[in-house]
Amino acid sequence: MGALLAGFLGALTGLGGGVVIVPLLTLVFHVDIHYAIGAALVSVIATSSGAAAAYVREGYSNVRVGMFLEIATTIGALVGAALVIHLHVSAISIIFGVVLLYSAYASMTEHADSGANAGPDRIATRLRMDSTYPTASGLQSYHVRGVPQGFGLMLVAGVLSGLLGIGSGAVKVLAMDKAMKLPFKVSTTTSNFMIGVTAAAGAGVYLRRGYIDPGLAMPVMLGVLAGSLLGARLLATARVKVLRLVFSGVIAVLAVEMIYNGLK
Amino acid sequence: MESAERRMDEIMGRLLRAGVILSAVFVLGGGAVYLARHPEPVTDYRVFQGEPEELRRISGIFHEALAFRGRGLIQLGLLILIATPIARVAFSVLAFLYQRDWTYVVVTLIVLGLLVYSLSGA
Repeated sequence: MGALLAGFLGALTGLGGGVVIVPLLTLVFHVDIHYAIGAALVSVIATSSGAAAAYVREGYSNVRVGMFLEIATTIGALVGAALVIHLHVSAISIIFGVVLLYSAYASMTEHADSGANAGPDRIATRLRMDSTYPTASGLQSYHVRGVPQGFGLMLVAGVLSGLLGIGSGAVKVLAMDKAMKLPFKVSTTTSNFMIGVTAAAGAGVYLRRGYIDPGLAMPVMLGVLAGSLLGARLLATARVKVLRLVFSGVIAVLAVEMIYNGLK
Repeated sequence: MESAERRMDEIMGRLLRAGVILSAVFVLGGGAVYLARHPEPVTDYRVFQGEPEELRRISGIFHEALAFRGRGLIQLGLLILIATPIARVAFSVLAFLYQRDWTYVVVTLIVLGLLVYSLSGA
């Protein structure tokens, strides 16, 4: 089934399936966008939970930061999912295309660690967010800053997730990395487990509204799981730079198509 | 991180993985049943119609799954998948209770409440 392929390819890009799955389903297979988003949300939960299972165990993610910010993303997801029925499909398409373009851009730029920490922040200390993470030379401690900014950005990330069926990982990582000054590895792993929760909130609403069709979600989810398992193996042997360029290119094309479709 | 916290994290990791696997079992099994009964999937996904009532509510999903209908089984698997992160959050509540971190018990309960709200009637 075509949906299997969509899920599989989605997982391989490593961007978090949702971003690729929805365009593939809607543009290539002409699936109605509501069904596509429902299926994509489900697959996002699958990949995120699977990956988070490994990361949490290694002690990188900061559960407190993640949980606190989850309030924001979950509210955002509920809002986003609620918006879906009010927005015209073409508007969703256009927003999606724009977000897609941004993701393509973001995946091209390399990330450097935000640099040395400035020192403790009052809100973060009250919320006991500072923590440590394992490095080659032992446990490295860090401070968390910019809590209100992080919260605000997470609201946006949540809305995007509920509205478009994506994980919003890029926004989350950026918020934690730049606004809250978390070490990069902590940002990525914490974002990973947050994505699952956010997607679950969105998916819950979609399920209640009848947007999740088992016949469609089933192959997509299985494809995604298979794809991520295989992708992990393939990535070890392929050259990362080339992959990134290819995927960014594909996504840019998809983005333009989505916008074009929306404008028609 | 203290060792108690690390242990909590480890259990959480296993919980997540178990949830995904359990869900996948149902989805795969349900998929097999579904495809066996409908070899030519002709559902038209181009038009949005909305799923039948039974597949939308938790009680309905269990009913369909117990009746061994393919779509019911799949939907149950999907429900389990959605429930996995929720279980994870619920577990966090317990973990924070154990650590007597009251602030985060409240934080996590808020998140949990929001998630349950999404499944129940948003």
